[in-house]
Amino acid sequence: MSSPVLSMHGVEKSFGLFRALGPVDLDLMPQERLGIIGPNGAGKTTLINCITGVLKPDSGSVEFEGADITAQPSFKRARLGISRTFQIPQPFRGMTVTENLLVPLDYLHGTTNKHRRAAEVLDSVGLSARAAHPSEDLSQLELRKLELARALVGNPKVLIADEAMAGLSEAEIDEVLAILMRLNQQGVAVIMIEHIMHAVMRFSQRIVCFEMGQLIASGTAEEVTRDPKVQKVYFGEQAHH
Amino acid sequence: MTRNSKIFLAAALAVLLVGLLAPHVLKNPFYFFAGYVILQYVVIATGWNILGGYAGYINFGAAGFFGAGAYASAFLFNTFDIPLWGGLVAACLIGALLGVLMGYLTLRIQGVYFAIATLGLVIILETIIHNIPALGGARGIVVYGPPPPAWAAGPSQYMFFLMLLIAVASVSLARWMQISWVGRGLRAVRASENAAECSGVPTLRLKLLACAASGAVLAAAGAPYPFYTSFVEPVTVFSLLIGLNAIAMPLIGGTRTWLGPVIGALLLASTQQIATITISSELNILFVGIVLIAFVALAPNGILGLVARRSRETPR
Repeated sequence: MSSPVLSMHGVEKSFGLFRALGPVDLDLMPQERLGIIGPNGAGKTTLINCITGVLKPDSGSVEFEGADITAQPSFKRARLGISRTFQIPQPFRGMTVTENLLVPLDYLHGTTNKHRRAAEVLDSVGLSARAAHPSEDLSQLELRKLELARALVGNPKVLIADEAMAGLSEAEIDEVLAILMRLNQQGVAVIMIEHIMHAVMRFSQRIVCFEMGQLIASGTAEEVTRDPKVQKVYFGEQAHH
Repeated sequence: MTRNSKIFLAAALAVLLVGLLAPHVLKNPFYFFAGYVILQYVVIATGWNILGGYAGYINFGAAGFFGAGAYASAFLFNTFDIPLWGGLVAACLIGALLGVLMGYLTLRIQGVYFAIATLGLVIILETIIHNIPALGGARGIVVYGPPPPAWAAGPSQYMFFLMLLIAVASVSLARWMQISWVGRGLRAVRASENAAECSGVPTLRLKLLACAASGAVLAAAGAPYPFYTSFVEPVTVFSLLIGLNAIAMPLIGGTRTWLGPVIGALLLASTQQIATITISSELNILFVGIVLIAFVALAPNGILGLVARRSRETPR
């Protein structure tokens, strides 16, 4: 058994008196496909922010490939190989699609031919035709693809997809899932946070469910959906009526 | 080097050559006296735009950097006999240091708060100068610069060429920053600081770099000023007009590229020079205000923005 690529020990985060997350222990294995589910406000995005360094946890530690990165700023974690997409796409406006990808290529590690790498990634997500367009001209699906392209252009080891499929049609969801699956086959561990259940169930090898900042269930898609605690979170109110 | 960079280099050399030969054609030194001020504003607008245009941080304190540069070169010359070029280097260093200091204290705050903090910088510096007798206090300092070198046609022509050199150097720096990783990083920060940071951009460091470069260029614009007027005093070098012009010129020309501030400064500063002689020097500020309001309302992306929109729309 290999060692985890990413692991959290007792990670906690509060905003004032409200404890948004934790304490949480969670490991991610290399090339694993991990799904994170849970209702709104369960702490999923807080967890991601603690992993990527947008937030500093109040206590606990985050380790990447065995090294403690709890005190590292976001840009250093990105350089180590932790990459993410945003729930609400955050393209670099005022720049073309290609330029959007040149930013991580400039600042991550030495890529010798940046334009070729950018073109390659745009091709893999199906955005080649839009390469020279300003990012503000993109459709919702194209923005989601740009988020993915920008996250994976620097060859990350871990990709966190934060609701990468919100607002997309079924066919578009399949398209994004195919991109993520292909990426995973190339060796990238993927964390998928998603409200679209059939997508996250199909994609993930393991699913964890959060509720009130706590990890309440972990297992395969089947195990998690059968878990009474998960059922209570998702269907609890219906059971009473 | 790309094709555009070669064109830019050729154009920069051509501009310098024209500036060097111009005194042989134009005999009236007033053209150079007025031209100096226009070029000084090209430098100021270019320096301001590195932070204001590329990174989106609106600095109201351009006059603070300009004044610091002017006082640095005047003080070093009068006290230690350090020639103008030495004063220029010192001004750049002080400007960069002041920029980093200002950035470190204020970059965490954004929008209007940042603008107000930078305005405070001017008042602080002006107050400090007012109260230091060694820097002349409110009376100012008289600077008797050396006579111009023999190859120059006269002091105005010499100062003009010197400012032209500074302008070409500043615009080259601004252009390099714009087209390189620095500019891409700053535009990314401007669009989304979080997304930039998660793409590996060290956002704080990069913004401090922009502050330093912007501050150095703004201070460089002020360094030759005491030699140009033979006199520095706090009220003129920390003047509101400098800070206002520094913002108005890039906004009028367009803040996205290095060319915008150059166009804005050439247009607005020449109009101001013409208005000063023909109408009244006091009407300048009113004029800047009206032009600024007109552009903010009608062409928020400046002249270059208008041109880009026109050229994008015609093929359709």
